[in-house]
Amino acid sequence: MQDVSPKSVFWLGVRDGLPFLLVVAPFALLFGVVSAEAGLPIAQTMAFSVAVFAGAAQFTALQLLQDNVPTVIVILTALAVNTRMAMYSAALTPYLGQAPLGTRIAVSYFLVDQSYACASVRFDENRDWSVSARIAYFFGTVCPVYPVWMGTTLVGALVGSTIPGWLALDFALPICFLAVIAPMLRTLAHRSAALTSITMALALAWMPFNLGLLIAAVLAMMVGAQVELWQIRKNQGAVT
Amino acid sequence: MSSPTTIWIVILALALGSFALRFSFLGLIGGRPMPDWLLRHLRYAAVAVLPGLVAPLILWPAANNGELDPARLFAAGLTLAVGLVTRNVLAAMAAGAFALYATLGGMALAGF
Repeated sequence: MQDVSPKSVFWLGVRDGLPFLLVVAPFALLFGVVSAEAGLPIAQTMAFSVAVFAGAAQFTALQLLQDNVPTVIVILTALAVNTRMAMYSAALTPYLGQAPLGTRIAVSYFLVDQSYACASVRFDENRDWSVSARIAYFFGTVCPVYPVWMGTTLVGALVGSTIPGWLALDFALPICFLAVIAPMLRTLAHRSAALTSITMALALAWMPFNLGLLIAAVLAMMVGAQVELWQIRKNQGAVT
Repeated sequence: MSSPTTIWIVILALALGSFALRFSFLGLIGGRPMPDWLLRHLRYAAVAVLPGLVAPLILWPAANNGELDPARLFAAGLTLAVGLVTRNVLAAMAAGAFALYATLGGMALAGF
């Protein structure tokens, strides 16, 4: 076992989480603004961020609520956007599954794109970390993100409709997502999965309840996995 | 806009549902090892969901009544290009914001 103290690993997590503030802050600010413009009282805007704590799902729900879509469909569609959380949960289970139940409940609440992104990279790099070191690192990554998420949601809700339209804040969300995705496209398998996701999501956009995105995501994961296997076989063939 | 009660129901359901999704594997499977084929698929979860989520927002932006907008398309293209080359999230975001405002400003000045 590598000699790492939970304290130093915690601060490593804080440092790794810090750059995400530049993504998280505009994202939550935007949610506060859009929510206020839609007429939600501050209590509901804040309840969204505290209880759901998942930007893309919050935006999806807010959009559909404004369109007066049936309640059940609003819930199912926003949860569909959040199915990736189950995938994150599964991906971190080999590293954190042996932690006590209470800790796993807390980890689950704080499991977001940013903490997952940091943890999956560091846990893979440092396979000799103990479970308690991994837990310390994980909570380190959410320390900057969580309060800023709540704080900027509140600022956005208070500033609300005073933000002028020419700022084109609607496009902050796609730019944030794209900036997060692009550096992930480091292998052929990742690029094939992303391309499948885009083409299938667009081709199936006509489907109700956001089902198109769900199907596109499942197909894209299958393509990624198959390309990975194909490349492993090709490399083995080249060696022998 | 839906009624306040409806909004509270949505918030509560999303809170419980999102927690259930996050807790699913961590809570129920615990320390048992996961099969290779499942891990191999999960590696691509993020690149499988987010591009499909973002593509319609770029091609059919609601702020432009769902029609293709050159400024937004250019900003998206530059964000992606800078992100691919630099592998830096912040550099990509800055490039995208710059491209969007430069193009929107240029189009406004040119009288579009």
